[in-house]
Amino acid sequence: MTVLASTTTYWYLTRSTGAVALLLLSATVALGVVDLRRTASANWPRFVVDELHRNLALLTLVFLVLHILTSVLDSFAPISLTASVIPFASSYRPFWLGLGAVSFDLLLAVIITSLARKRVGYRGWRAVHWLSYGAWPVALLHGFGTGSDVNSGWLQLLSAICVLVVLAAVIVRIGASRDISPRARGVAAGGTAAFTLFLLIWLPAGPLGSEWARRSGTPSKLLPKTRHAHR
Amino acid sequence: MSATVSQATLPRLLAGVAELGALDLDAHLEVHGHAPEPAPARRGHAGELIDAVERAGLRGRGGAGFPTALKLHAVAGARGRARDRVVVVNAVEGEPASRKDRTLVASAPHLVLDGAVLSAKAVAADEILLCVSESAVSTVDAALRAGAERPALRERVQMRVVAVPHGYVGGQESALVHFLNGGPARPTFTPPMIFERGVRGRPTLLSNAETFAHIALIARHGAEWFRALGTPEHPGSALVTLTGPVPAPGVYEIEHGASLASLIDAAGGLDEPVRAVLVGGYAGTWMDAAHSAAVTLDDVSLGAHGASTGAGVVVLLGQRACPVAETVRVTEWLAAENAGQCGPCEHGLAAVARGLRAWAAGGGASREAAEEQRRLAAVIRGRGACRHPDGTLRFVASAIGVFAEEFADHGAEGPCDACDLQPALPLPRTGTARTRRAPARAVR
Amino acid sequence: MSLHLRVDPIACEAHGMCAELLPEAVVLDEWGYPVVDGRPLPEALVEHAERAVRACPTFALLLQRRLNREHPRDRGAPGTGRGSAPRSSSAGSRSASR
Repeated sequence: MTVLASTTTYWYLTRSTGAVALLLLSATVALGVVDLRRTASANWPRFVVDELHRNLALLTLVFLVLHILTSVLDSFAPISLTASVIPFASSYRPFWLGLGAVSFDLLLAVIITSLARKRVGYRGWRAVHWLSYGAWPVALLHGFGTGSDVNSGWLQLLSAICVLVVLAAVIVRIGASRDISPRARGVAAGGTAAFTLFLLIWLPAGPLGSEWARRSGTPSKLLPKTRHAHR
Repeated sequence: MSATVSQATLPRLLAGVAELGALDLDAHLEVHGHAPEPAPARRGHAGELIDAVERAGLRGRGGAGFPTALKLHAVAGARGRARDRVVVVNAVEGEPASRKDRTLVASAPHLVLDGAVLSAKAVAADEILLCVSESAVSTVDAALRAGAERPALRERVQMRVVAVPHGYVGGQESALVHFLNGGPARPTFTPPMIFERGVRGRPTLLSNAETFAHIALIARHGAEWFRALGTPEHPGSALVTLTGPVPAPGVYEIEHGASLASLIDAAGGLDEPVRAVLVGGYAGTWMDAAHSAAVTLDDVSLGAHGASTGAGVVVLLGQRACPVAETVRVTEWLAAENAGQCGPCEHGLAAVARGLRAWAAGGGASREAAEEQRRLAAVIRGRGACRHPDGTLRFVASAIGVFAEEFADHGAEGPCDACDLQPALPLPRTGTARTRRAPARAVR
Repeated sequence: MSLHLRVDPIACEAHGMCAELLPEAVVLDEWGYPVVDGRPLPEALVEHAERAVRACPTFALLLQRRLNREHPRDRGAPGTGRGSAPRSSSAGSRSASR
């Protein structure tokens, strides 16, 4: 499937900053998921891992902001600034772009409450932090659904790495940490397995399948003019 | 006003109970007369009641022995709106070997309530919460009945009876306040201290039920009268719960400084020789029978042995019982009664209990086992949010000291014949109640 | 006036970052929980202590300021056990900085 791609700088920037943001987010989430109490070592003290986690989150935000700005400035697709924050408000692949806005909002909530941790209190901060478990898969799906170069090899490799890194962290946490109730363990394992299965089934049928650009809501004037889609 | 009570003799708190049974309001007024109206606080003066309590030298009867006048001063002087304070009467009595508060509330509730009302006026509180253990049903009933009788006294304070879930740490001061504020009956971290911010954020005077009863009597008869019994350093009378091989175990009123022998006599003498005495409760201290013969029931004499009167618990351990088995049993129960909030207490007491259990089962190497207990104690002490771990450690340390020989025997040879006997030290059947919350029942 | 470290044992969940950032004043017991002594903090450690306080995920590590008079907590204020004089909140200035 070919798509009429803009060759402006902004398009490349938005694609690359988005990819980097996803990588950074995956690393952030992985570090957060892994239970520091059990997995710290002499060379990696807990406070180092913790501060790395915090700094990666802030770096993710930086790249996210760049990603949003460049996608707004990119003249190829009609994406407005508001659509980047208010989910599902864009006319370009509204659902899949909207997921990006959702993820961004969740991430903002997590980061703001973390910076204002003293004001929010431990319980409030912890409750909001759970939202981060939503931000990552949503960002991943956004990347798959919105990206117009989903078929490219490097992007697939990058996405696979992101998934594997987070998956590995979740498995380590479920398996190694002693103070998780069996029920929580089951829910986490089940949820992870379900999500992985979903990816394996949906990806070939969805973004990697035929006519994804049209099916995902790209405005028709941006679609390739070829009549017949070829696989 | 009854001549009996105003004399410098016993009984005081339990006056009239032997003759008349549980005192309803009429009987109470007959025995004790009406409570006076002490002069209130003026600028620079604490008020007549607080002065009298201070001169009397009354100390709290809930276990900590804190000077009551200081507590009254602290609450009265706390910042906040006038008439904003709360008085909490603690009759929860989570200590298994103690029955005095239950007995007092059942037999002489109006003395307790008098003291609470007088204190409320002295600190400008407009609310009294009488807290009893929800499992002590008859006590709850007695409290409700007594409260219902009092509208006739028109005291201008709101009074409520609150049933509190049963549990060892539930009667601890901050745990009780936590529960009254809608949380679980588990201790909280201080600051803030409850005399600054307690029930619903207001300055709170929380004392043991018996303490309030003493206040009621001091208000009637004065500080000198209070000091006419007891010792100069530890004046007044107190309730003690005596458990052990005596014909009549139960609650007795003694004067401080009375000998243990006189208490045992009052209970009808000994059914069997005594191996050791536990003073203060399960957070208290063991004493060898030989030492306890010479000791008197006051904090100075007991203090020389590392003990204190605490909540007035005296448990006699007969020669027939196995002190090692008893110690292990009670320690395991104490370890399980932790509130699950503080790592050093939860893990530490579990390790202490495991160590004792292994030692008693023939673990050998008694000197190492004792050393390990000392090491654990040094690691754990003072690192909980409440004094539960410290009390348990004191209990264990004194047991290992007093029963050194029996522990050495068990270490070498394992359980003895007496290990299987019926337990001598009382423990409740159920464990910690952590979640159930009974509603507060308003009296009026 | 002196600064003292204090642990809120109820909030503490044994993450252990305090001991990593302030090993001079915090050691971990065999279950991973911090042991701090109540002694005044040396001037040189204050900055590190503040960092450790910030790093604690549950706000369990506290830095408290005390006037150098005998402190009620050292002997037991009301409710904490055998005790002496309590102070009303205005007298001994204890401000907990979390």
